[in-house]
Amino acid sequence: MEKGPPDTPAAPVPAEAGGTPVGRRVVLGMMGLAAAGVVVGARVQDVVARLLAPVEAADRTGLTSLIPGSGRFRIYSVVGYLPHRSAAEYRLTVDGLVGRPLTLTLDDLRSMPATHLVKDFQCVTGWRVPSVPWTGVQLATVLETAGIKPEAHALTFTSFDGAYTESLTLDQARRPDVIVAYAMDGNTVAREHGGPVRLYVAPMYGYKSCKWLSRITATPQVEAGYWEERGYDVDAWVGRSNGRDDHPTS
Amino acid sequence: MAGTITRPPEPRAEAAAELTRFDAVERVVHWVNAVLFGVLLATAAALYVAPVSAAVGRREVVKTIHVYAGLTLPFPLLLGVLGRWGRALRSDLKRLNRWIPDDRRWLAVRLRRRDFPFRASQDVRLGKFNPGQKINAAFTGGAIVVMLATGSIMRWYKPWPLSWRTGATFVHDWVATILVIAITGHIYLAVSDPAALGAMWRGRISRSWARRHAPRWLEEAESTD
Repeated sequence: MEKGPPDTPAAPVPAEAGGTPVGRRVVLGMMGLAAAGVVVGARVQDVVARLLAPVEAADRTGLTSLIPGSGRFRIYSVVGYLPHRSAAEYRLTVDGLVGRPLTLTLDDLRSMPATHLVKDFQCVTGWRVPSVPWTGVQLATVLETAGIKPEAHALTFTSFDGAYTESLTLDQARRPDVIVAYAMDGNTVAREHGGPVRLYVAPMYGYKSCKWLSRITATPQVEAGYWEERGYDVDAWVGRSNGRDDHPTS
Repeated sequence: MAGTITRPPEPRAEAAAELTRFDAVERVVHWVNAVLFGVLLATAAALYVAPVSAAVGRREVVKTIHVYAGLTLPFPLLLGVLGRWGRALRSDLKRLNRWIPDDRRWLAVRLRRRDFPFRASQDVRLGKFNPGQKINAAFTGGAIVVMLATGSIMRWYKPWPLSWRTGATFVHDWVATILVIAITGHIYLAVSDPAALGAMWRGRISRSWARRHAPRWLEEAESTD
């Protein structure tokens, strides 16, 4: 095949010439497996997550979270850092179309009637964390304390990361499975999970559960949040939005 | 290498005491790939491993670096193979692709004895690459294709069914996990054989190494001396 000038020595015949092309088979086999994995991987992942769930529950090292498909949280932040606010510094502002604007401390929230939920957390990118225990105040209770004005029909949530916002209609916000959460997995909500206080909207995809919650504003109508301006559905019901068919979480 | 020092300074032996194992193109491709894999693994850790994500943050920036490093990955190899300068690389890819009966025997013996790192053995005579290197090359080559395809589906998911995004993530994650294991093994084995590692750095290796590890390749090389 390669014809050099006549005075250059012929290329030596490799010892492997004529051997079985195992390398090519490995590459083609991987491509086939991967294609199959892309098509059925979503279902396989569900099975893996279910099989790993009991192992993870008992694992204190967190190493099982490195196994792909295992059902632990992935930490997303839309800004270049993980926002931090200590429990003592923390304040939640409730303003906008309300009768009594509020500024609540963590202790204020803890002194209100607590709600416990154990629900799956479903991300719109596909991962799901089964049976997460949450504790917090029903958002409806906070709204009642602030006295929502009749002209208000929606809420805007603001994160103290300085960039993230979210929205709910008042009807959605008043569901009993929508809470202002201050505990998760039996501890205070960790910084990477949006602590000290975050929203937890059980029936919707994770992006609705605004992390590092600092402000709730009553508005006349829904204002699209951070991801909603970037193409995600505003009414983000798990299994009935964003073109996905996941099992409902609540 | 000690053998070459005690040998009398016979001009021809002096010149050919070492064999060229990798030419400059092959070495450049290897080390550019190594750097790109390093960047990909570091950014992957920042996207995927929760404590690292928490420490690094900056998801958008990290994601962008990861995507561009991934899109760059096939080019060093393609440029190396396609050009006129790619003769040695093409020839080595052919060698890596083909398995001779001795390769199978070598692998069967290793798997039975479980001796790591692999030692040279009397009863098999290998060519330029051992079967472990052949498997590593094939897996890494396949992984580049698979990671590029699944990564692209993850990044540009709009045209595909939504379950494909989850499926692509699943495949991408698993292949990445195996890659971490393979690369760790690759580095461990390279470091435990400094002569072989040196050949990827300087390009040359001693005949005594070739006699022990790659006798068929030495024969080939001597037939054209």
